[in-house]
Amino acid sequence: MSHGHLTHERSELAEMDLRVRALQTVLEEKGYIDPAALDVLIDSYETKIGPRNGARVVAKSWADPDFRRWLLEDATAAIASLGYAGRQGEHMVAVENTESRHNLVVCTLCSCYPWPVLGLPPTWYKSAPYRARAVKDPRGVLADFGVTLPDSTEIRVWDSTAEVRYLVIPRRPSGSENLLEEQLAVLVTRDSMVGTGLPIAPDGA
Amino acid sequence: MDYQSHSDLGGERGQGRVIHESEGALFHAPWERQALGLTLAMGATGAWNLDMSRSARETLPDYRSLSYYDIWMTALESLLIERGWVGRDEIVAGRMLHPARSGLTVLRAADVPALLAKGSPTQRPPTAPARFAVGEEVRLRANAVIHHTRLPGYARGKIGRIDQLRGVHVFADARAQGLGEQPNWLYTVVFTGRELWGDDADQGQRVSIDAWEPYLEPLS
Repeated sequence: MSHGHLTHERSELAEMDLRVRALQTVLEEKGYIDPAALDVLIDSYETKIGPRNGARVVAKSWADPDFRRWLLEDATAAIASLGYAGRQGEHMVAVENTESRHNLVVCTLCSCYPWPVLGLPPTWYKSAPYRARAVKDPRGVLADFGVTLPDSTEIRVWDSTAEVRYLVIPRRPSGSENLLEEQLAVLVTRDSMVGTGLPIAPDGA
Repeated sequence: MDYQSHSDLGGERGQGRVIHESEGALFHAPWERQALGLTLAMGATGAWNLDMSRSARETLPDYRSLSYYDIWMTALESLLIERGWVGRDEIVAGRMLHPARSGLTVLRAADVPALLAKGSPTQRPPTAPARFAVGEEVRLRANAVIHHTRLPGYARGKIGRIDQLRGVHVFADARAQGLGEQPNWLYTVVFTGRELWGDDADQGQRVSIDAWEPYLEPLS
């Protein structure tokens, strides 16, 4: 049975592979696309535009109070000052976690996500369970990620239904007071910037 | 006329656990990479706009059973066929059978970084004052519409409070239908969990959506 399942998966894979190749060939022959542009597009999101960008934004906001104020007031400009801007991050808003409030970002209608700072959305963010449950049972979703928050914490869910994109600024972990900005960035996980996770605790904390 | 979106998932019952994935896992097969590249490259040609492609995806009859990049591929194929850029026979044959149509801006490799860095901002200068103010209570449009919309079903007919004004933005409902930009004020509207889901909802839960002015009605 498992063998049959594997064979099925393999043939599905081969089928999709052929289908994508076929379309690419047609579009190239028609001159609608430049295959070299495809390579640059893919490479951009595989190697350049990803959650380490956002981690740098968060770390700077932890280390630099003026930057934090700017980020909360005009996230698009503050983030652009670090070189992250553009497609699917044209209108950024930063939302800060506090002791009394935890922010969680979702797109129930499709998969809107702040690409310049977080890169391509992970599969779970695009999945039906996340999109269905984040707005109704956010504590249950957080539990799936191993996160439990006190009952007194307000959970604020942001459904990205227009072109505004949200970046969660997680709380700076205790024990990180003496770390430099670059060391702080290592603690910032992708999930903590979506609101499904918390930053990593520093060594020895 | 009928319009059926299959992507409006917020609050849907019967969904299981969320399966986590590590930061590095972007693609699950090489074809997914190409599907992303093809979709972005064709999107940049101006053959359609982002709202039209969202509309093409959400109306796919088998939306619920397809994987994410399969949705992208299937929608890309139907946009190309419906708008006459590619023939269905060409997609089946895997080669060009009819002459290409002109009028597209082909995305060149050298232009990709600038294109991604610029994006497609949707904010426009206001031409009229905003109808609603921060703190005001509003009711979200209750009726369904027969076109692409960004008002999720769970918020329809519900009462929320204006949390933020986000400026004037291109109206997705209009642009998806090819009716131009029709920029409108955009608001973040916040709801209590109880307003949306009833008394079982967590007391401290708040959910917001971003809603264009035509979605909103004054309470009195």
